[in-house]
Amino acid sequence: MLNLLHYPFMQNAIITGSIVAVLAAVVGYFIVARSLTFAAHAIPNIGFAGAAGAVLAGILPVYGFFAFAFTAAVGIGIIGTRARERDIVVAVLMSFGLGLGFLFLSLYSGYAQRVYGILFGSILGISVQNVLVTGVAAAIALVLLLTIYRPLLFCTVDPQAAAARGLPVAILSVLFLALASLAISLSAQMMGALLVFTLLVGPAATANRLTRRPGRTILLAAFLGLVYVWVGIGAAALSGRLPVSFMVSALAFAVYLPVRLLASPGPGRRLSGSRKPGRERSSDIAINRRVLTTEAEECSIC
Amino acid sequence: MLNLLASDIFGNAMTAGTIAAVTAALVGYFVVLRAQAFAGEALTDICFAGSAGSALAGFNPLLGMLVFSLTASLGLGLLSNRVRGRDVEIGMALSMATGLGVLFLSLYAHHSASHATAGMSLLFGSILSIRPEEIGLMLLCAILVITSLAIVSRPLLFATIDPAAARAKGLPTLQLSVSFMLILAVAVAMCVLTIGALLALSLLVAPPAAALRFSRRPNRAIALSVLIGLVVAWGGILVSFVGPWKHPPIGFSITSLGAIVYLSAHFAGKRRRGLSIRESEHPGKEVMDEGR
Repeated sequence: MLNLLHYPFMQNAIITGSIVAVLAAVVGYFIVARSLTFAAHAIPNIGFAGAAGAVLAGILPVYGFFAFAFTAAVGIGIIGTRARERDIVVAVLMSFGLGLGFLFLSLYSGYAQRVYGILFGSILGISVQNVLVTGVAAAIALVLLLTIYRPLLFCTVDPQAAAARGLPVAILSVLFLALASLAISLSAQMMGALLVFTLLVGPAATANRLTRRPGRTILLAAFLGLVYVWVGIGAAALSGRLPVSFMVSALAFAVYLPVRLLASPGPGRRLSGSRKPGRERSSDIAINRRVLTTEAEECSIC
Repeated sequence: MLNLLASDIFGNAMTAGTIAAVTAALVGYFVVLRAQAFAGEALTDICFAGSAGSALAGFNPLLGMLVFSLTASLGLGLLSNRVRGRDVEIGMALSMATGLGVLFLSLYAHHSASHATAGMSLLFGSILSIRPEEIGLMLLCAILVITSLAIVSRPLLFATIDPAAARAKGLPTLQLSVSFMLILAVAVAMCVLTIGALLALSLLVAPPAAALRFSRRPNRAIALSVLIGLVVAWGGILVSFVGPWKHPPIGFSITSLGAIVYLSAHFAGKRRRGLSIRESEHPGKEVMDEGR
C-alpha cells in the first residue's frame, strides 16, 4: 500500500484529488443551498462536448471542458430566474451537449477508450502539468469565492432582503455559477464528466444535514470529500479495475443515506424559527429551504 | 442511398424510433407539467445502471432496465409528492445509479475492444442494431404505458395543475404520483433502448416543452407534442441516413433537432398567460420565492 505512494502518478492523483475535494466542498455547499443540483449535473455533461472537441483538436481536454462548461454555466445563470423554466432549458441543453460530444468522438478514430476516460475519469492520466493547472486555477477560484463569500451567503439565505440592501443578486448568481464551472472542470479530470457532481453534492448534502452553520458545514463537507477521494484513489490503485468515481459515489451514498434517515432537520427548524431577525442573521442562519419559508411566513404575518 | 432507405436496418430504426417518440411525447407532457425533468434524468441513469448490469451478466438489456427503473421509481414517486427540497435526494439517487453503471460498464469494457464499443451503444444508443424481437417487446411496453396513462390521465392532470384542490376532493395524490413514476420508468427504458442512456431525456422533454409553448389546452398540447416528437425522431434518423457530413450519429441528430425545435419554440411561441396563474398555486412558495 505505502509503496504505491512512491509512484509519481499516485502522488499527482492524491494532490489533485485533495485540491479539488476542498474546492468542491465550498462550491457544493452553495450548490445544495441554492438548489442547483440539476445544473451541477448538467454543466459537466455539456463540458464533455468541449473535452471531446479538444481531443479532436489535439489540445488538453480540460481547456475544452472548461470553455463549454463556463458558457453553459453563464447561460444557465442568466436564464435561470424561474426554477420551472430553468429545469427544461437545462435538460434540453444537456442532451444537446452530450449529443455534440458524441458527434466529436465518433469523428475521432479509436474513440471508445477516450470516451470512457472523459466520461468515467481516471487516476492514471494526471500529469504534472495537470497538477499545476489545477493548483493555480483552484487557488484563484478559492480566493474569488472567499471574496464574495458573505454577500453570496446573504443572497442565498434571503435574496429579497439582499436585493433590498442593494446587493447585485443576479450578478452574484452568474459569478457563482462561473466559479462552479471552474471547480467542476478541475474535478472532472479525475472524477469524469458523469460523476463529478457527486463530489460537489454528496459531501455538502451530508454535512448540511449534520450541522447548520455555513462555516462548519463547509469544513465538514471538505473533510468528507477528502476522505472519499483518498479512499477512492486507494481502492482504485489497489484493485486496478475499480473506477475512483464509482468509489466516491458509493461512499457518498453510503454515508448520506443513514444521515438523511436518522438526522432530522427538527432542532434547526425550531431554533431558527424562534430566532429574532437581526443584523447577524446572515452569518450563522440555518440554510434550509423549509426553515426559510417558516421564517418568511412569520415575517409576512408580522 | 435509396438502397440504404430500403434496408431492414432503416425500417427497424424507423419503427423503434416511432414507438419511442410517441410514448415519450405522451408521457413527457406530464413530466414537463409536473416539473419532473430531473426525476426523468435520474431514471435514465438508473436505466443506464440496469442495462450495463445486464450487459455484464448477459441478460436482456430491456429487462434489466425495467427491473432497475421500476424499483427506483417507487422511491422517486414517494419523494415527488413532496414539494420542496427533493432535488438533493434525487441527485444522490442519480449519483449512486450512475456510479453503479460506471462500475458495471468499466468492468464490461475491460474484457475486449468489441465489448468497449458495445458499451458505447448503451450510453449513446443502438437504434441501428435493434432486433425485431426487441421491437415487439417495445411495442408491448408502449401499449402498456399508453393504456395506463389514458386511465390515470384525468385525475393526474387535476392533481398536477391544482394539487391542493385535488387533495381536498379526495383524490389519492400519493398513489397517482407513484403510478405516474412507474409509467415514466417504462417509457424512459424504451427511450434509453433507442437513443441511449445519456440522450434519452431529449425525447422526453424537448417535444412537450416546445408544444406547451404553443398551446395551453391539454388535448392540443399533447397532440402537438406527439407531432413534434415524430418530426424530431424521423428527421433525426433521416438526416443520419441521407444527410451531409458522412452520416452523423443518430443520437446527435435527434438531440440537436430537439434543441433547435425547443429553442425556436421558446423564442417564437407566445408566453402563456395561464402559466403564471398555475404556477402561483402549484409548487407553492418555491415558485413564488423565485418570482420575487
